[in-house]
Amino acid sequence: MHHNLDKANPILPAWPLPRRAPGAQAAIAAAPAAAALAVRDLSVSFGANLALKQVSLDIPARAVTAIIGPNGCGKSTFLRALNRMHDLVPSARVEGQVRLFGSDIYGPGIQPVVIRRRVGMVFQKANPFPTMSVADNVTVGLRLNGVRDRAVLAERLHESLAMAILWDEVKDRLDAPAISLSGGQQQRLCIARALAVQPEVLLMDEPASTLDPLATARIEDLILELKESLTLVIVTHNMQQAARVSDYTAFFYMGQLVEYGATVKIFTNPAKQQTEDYVTGRFG
Amino acid sequence: MNTACHQWRKFKDVSMQALTCACALLVVVPLALVFYHVLKSGIGALNWAFFTRLPKPVGEPGGGMANAIVGTFELLGLAALLGVPVGVCGGIFLSEYGHTRLNWWMRFAADVLNGVPSIIWGMVVCALVVVPMKGFSAWAGGIVLGFIMIPLVMRTTEEALRLVPQGYREAALALGIPLWRAILGIVARTALKGVVTGILLALARVAGETAPLLFTAFGNLYWNHHLSEPIAALPLQIFTYAISPYEDWHRQAWAGALVLLLMVAIINITVRVLTRERLAKLR
Amino acid sequence: MQHFVTELDALKEKLLRMASYAESAVRGAVQALVTRDHELALRVRSEDGAIDQFEIEVDELAINLLAKAPFATDLRLITVAMKISQNLERVGDEATQIAKRARDLSQEPPLKLVVEIPEMANLALEMLKAALDTFVNHDPAAARALIPQDKQVDAMNKEIHRQLATQMVQSPDTIGRCLNLMVVAKSLERIADHAKNVAEEVVYFCEARDIRHPGNVNVEPGQ
Repeated sequence: MHHNLDKANPILPAWPLPRRAPGAQAAIAAAPAAAALAVRDLSVSFGANLALKQVSLDIPARAVTAIIGPNGCGKSTFLRALNRMHDLVPSARVEGQVRLFGSDIYGPGIQPVVIRRRVGMVFQKANPFPTMSVADNVTVGLRLNGVRDRAVLAERLHESLAMAILWDEVKDRLDAPAISLSGGQQQRLCIARALAVQPEVLLMDEPASTLDPLATARIEDLILELKESLTLVIVTHNMQQAARVSDYTAFFYMGQLVEYGATVKIFTNPAKQQTEDYVTGRFG
Repeated sequence: MNTACHQWRKFKDVSMQALTCACALLVVVPLALVFYHVLKSGIGALNWAFFTRLPKPVGEPGGGMANAIVGTFELLGLAALLGVPVGVCGGIFLSEYGHTRLNWWMRFAADVLNGVPSIIWGMVVCALVVVPMKGFSAWAGGIVLGFIMIPLVMRTTEEALRLVPQGYREAALALGIPLWRAILGIVARTALKGVVTGILLALARVAGETAPLLFTAFGNLYWNHHLSEPIAALPLQIFTYAISPYEDWHRQAWAGALVLLLMVAIINITVRVLTRERLAKLR
Repeated sequence: MQHFVTELDALKEKLLRMASYAESAVRGAVQALVTRDHELALRVRSEDGAIDQFEIEVDELAINLLAKAPFATDLRLITVAMKISQNLERVGDEATQIAKRARDLSQEPPLKLVVEIPEMANLALEMLKAALDTFVNHDPAAARALIPQDKQVDAMNKEIHRQLATQMVQSPDTIGRCLNLMVVAKSLERIADHAKNVAEEVVYFCEARDIRHPGNVNVEPGQ
């Protein structure tokens, strides 16, 4: 059951996206699938400070792409450029193209609000809204976008919590305050909240960095589940995590893309010496 | 030599402690004096008649300040009607929309206005409202109190919104929620207790304003039947009774002062209770 | 990071020591065979235990390093070190085998037959030494050049077997000694195989290219 949040905009595809056929795993390493996000010559500056320089890469659909690099290399800046979060910063200037399934999200007349419904984001620190219950948190994206139909809200609540592998843990306390959940549960709640608006791409900025190892493992399992139906882009400073969950990895350094390729190749035999030095911990 | 040094240090430590303790007590003393005096002088005149009867002409015993108490509430209600929407919207604008030079000027203006003596507000509203209306009225009283509330509420609202962590705004916008909806539905909702606190404190402040009401509400010995008529208010009534030569009225003035003090105290206690709950919830 | 690098160096060091033990074991065994030195043969046999112990220690160091989740060159180095140590342990076993045969042969009258066992032994020894040098020098080109020599050793082994078979038919009283020599030839052939394996591992370590079993490129796994 698909509820079109923006009937005026014709570029929204139908959701939920069908799962990838089993056995397609082997094809990933051979050649990237169709690009969900095609980035060309993306540059982002904050005032006089050039944070990203002419970055170009293709993010494949229904796969996990990891962004790695030392602190200050521009990974979060890059991630936030993918859903126009830099619009909130007055001093930010974005140049270049980011094509979401073919259409440039920075094109004239494109509204950021529409883009952000198609490209969701999960942040490093879990931030469920403190005045709302678990259920209200999950459905807030729908309700504040005008969805009133209670049947739709209930269905989407169940679907999102199930996709975030949280339903069983909270089904008996949907009306409890969201902040009464544990740290790992709160982060999964934030993921469910982002999934409720049915995005096609989910951006995650170091989603497990504040969590203990067990909660981290749960988030990683969730990521591997989600990639069956969504495109995921994850910024992480934990290389083992990037090696575990991603299909493709991009290594950034000082605002530039140094190397991009299949995760297996980047972590067993990178092409550039800089990448080699970084993944073996010789610098950074 | 070491023991002597150590003794000297101990002595300094103890005497500093004693000094700071004494200063703290010194702060509480005036407050205690006020409460004690008002309580002692006013409790005697507090009776059922005080709360339900209109003022009697001089010489007749009995009578109360019922109209003044109701009048104060009416004026606070009118002030809130003006002060709350304008102040809250102003605060939201200052906190959420743009960070231009205009915001700086608005804040500056609000801070200056907060310091303007209230009697000047009274004179201004007198010229703006009372003169055209050709008479004192509850409207004028409400408007002047509202004007005093606006910069207060604006600043406290802005501060309360500022306390909301940026992460919530980002999370809301990342869901594709339009900015104004995100501000009202999430940011303001998170800061609600803080905003309400600011409003209550502003109300407590204007409840005791006397000087501006002299030229606007003017006071009334009878019930106010229409908002364009003069209206009684507790501070005004206390003033009138206190400067009179009559003993009975003096006692009633003390009683009025006690009621006013209790009102302000209750508002402040409510604020405390609300904020404690908020702090406990956010852990 | 410094600790990790130190531990990697310790792994390399241990592997190279193991290599020198294996090399000297083969050298000693062949020497014992050619010079019919009973004492030397016994000494070589007794040192096999040291080589086995090395394999255990190298593997232990490698596992500890793997637990630290290394990547890229470090990862390849560690996995290659484990493989090479396994090959060197087998080389040690083959050397022991040769030593045993040398001991047996030294207690019987020498065989009046010219077979190319010393030449084959030299070739196998050179292959082993060269393979280990390519590991030390990180030289994949030299490792690749080494690999075809294995075919030469295989050919020599076949020829020796043929000659010995003929001899056994002609003079049945030499069967015991011929069989021993056949075993020696087989062991030398295996040593050359292990040297080739080491060379292939070196290519993988340096170039991340797996050049083992090139003849199976059209076969699906599991078929």
